[in-house]
Amino acid sequence: MNAPEWKNPVVRWIDFRLPIFSFVYHELGVYPAPRNLNYFWTFGSLAGIVLVIMLASGIVLAFNYTPHATMAFDSVERIMRDVNWGWLLRYIHMNGGSAFFIVVYIHMFRGLYYGSYKYPREILWFLGVIILLLMMATAFMGYVLPWGQMSFWGATVITNLFSAFPLVGESIVTWLWGGYSVDNPTLNRFFALHYLLAFVIVGAAAVHLWALHVQKSNNPMGIDTKGPQDTVPFHPYMTVKDLFSLSVFLTVFSMFVFFAPNFFGEPDNYIPANPLVTPPHIVPEWYFLPYYAILRSIPDKLIGVLAMFGSIFVLFLLPWLDTSRVRSGTFRPAYKKLFWVFVVDCIVLGYVGANPPEGYFLILGRLATIYYFFHFIILLPLLGWFERPLPLPTSISQPVLGGRTAATARHMEKA
Amino acid sequence: MANPAHSATSAAPGHDEGETRRDFLFLATAAFGAVGLGSAIWPFIDQMNPSADVLALATTEVDISPIAEGQSITVKWRGKPVFIRRRTQAEIEQAAKVQDSELPDRQADASRVKKPEWLIVVGVCTHLGCVPLGQKVTDPRGDYGGWFCPCHGSHYDTSGRIRKGPAPKNLDVPDYVFLSDTNVRIG
Repeated sequence: MNAPEWKNPVVRWIDFRLPIFSFVYHELGVYPAPRNLNYFWTFGSLAGIVLVIMLASGIVLAFNYTPHATMAFDSVERIMRDVNWGWLLRYIHMNGGSAFFIVVYIHMFRGLYYGSYKYPREILWFLGVIILLLMMATAFMGYVLPWGQMSFWGATVITNLFSAFPLVGESIVTWLWGGYSVDNPTLNRFFALHYLLAFVIVGAAAVHLWALHVQKSNNPMGIDTKGPQDTVPFHPYMTVKDLFSLSVFLTVFSMFVFFAPNFFGEPDNYIPANPLVTPPHIVPEWYFLPYYAILRSIPDKLIGVLAMFGSIFVLFLLPWLDTSRVRSGTFRPAYKKLFWVFVVDCIVLGYVGANPPEGYFLILGRLATIYYFFHFIILLPLLGWFERPLPLPTSISQPVLGGRTAATARHMEKA
Repeated sequence: MANPAHSATSAAPGHDEGETRRDFLFLATAAFGAVGLGSAIWPFIDQMNPSADVLALATTEVDISPIAEGQSITVKWRGKPVFIRRRTQAEIEQAAKVQDSELPDRQADASRVKKPEWLIVVGVCTHLGCVPLGQKVTDPRGDYGGWFCPCHGSHYDTSGRIRKGPAPKNLDVPDYVFLSDTNVRIG
């Protein structure tokens, strides 16, 4: 597809030297989207918009924030009370963090269900996992900035994870802190890194989109598009779909920002950081709970830490662990059920992570942790061998437009 | 980009009737979105305006009893210097007798003070914002006995009015009230 003839002479002058208009036209205008994309495919653009909201609110918060151990807490309270609209900007940023993880987790589970990590989208998937890791680091460091009790003890506990490594562990932790405890140097570097990593995420997301636009979107059937009859132009079909999704998202998001702004937060974080007293029940933000549960379910410090990191790194191996050549869960009867078992397992891990590690919670946490890795390392490789997938349609348009029954029949024999 | 699906949709029956309704919906949605986006952006702009705690510091109270005749003090108000000068009789007369025609920015001395003895002006040169000299006895006070701005050579008289140099306006007179004979509140 060639660029259109731009009529406006200024546009033509610019486009000849820097084809930015042609770029937008190709990537957002006529970009061929599979015609069967469902609403789960709007969560990618939603994540991009949440990222923009986070950047905008984060930058203006930084205008009004003081990264110093003796002033950070008060400066956040000043934002809440004195800065014009400061309460709104902070609540947007606070709840935006949670919203970002909700959107990205749904986006990832979408990828898991429809096999979006499989050939030829492995690098696209890796970039997504890298973005998740960056988000986790950014969210963690951002949570430290208000310098409340949860900020301080969250920072202490998470940085202490690195002390699990033999020999170098202690030195690494001291290096991370810039001292012998979490203190002003830690806060300073976390603020700088929090600000920096936000833009690293922007870069990673740009490369993620690049990779996406090379191999194009997967779709609910998980079969390749075979021509223009299988696709629709991105604009207006997907732009409108994304905008509708955005309006629903913003409605729900506003409900939290305006009516339950502290729903996801911990009241203890409104107590200024005190290095001498740990709050009795410390939990991470909800989006870290499943990993936290994995960490706590293993009675060995080093192995616990490794298992926690491993629960993310196993996602890098996913394209090879899943041996089935059928992408979409729609045509995989067994995987479809196991996918939902896995979703429930993640929720159970989150539930366990929110509760103290004792009694039934400990047992439940251990079972859920075992199942988490069992799903990836044992079930998925075996499933590809034992599962008999349903016959795939010959094309995306075929079940809609009908007709080619002969072709379907031929395909069924092959399957 | 001649997409069959696309052209099929737009060539659907009822096209003529749908066109106006669709245009209306499109414009209404776009207008609604624009208003929403505009109002959402406002907090992001307004957060740079002075916050409530800054506005709360917008007045300064000064005890002026220790200032002897001919002395000046500098106080801070909204982060800026304010000159409070207890003028001598000679300085008052000198300021009062100046003809309007001699002034680039015409203002009578009487309109710049509440009590002739006390001249209260914002100590920021109206040229580019430097603080003029003249508060200390050792400072140069310019050709007119008031203040002299060393940055670009503006001369102010004993009423704080610009007389010579690049500054366009007289030194600002802030809002102030005498709470008592010895107390003044600026702002």
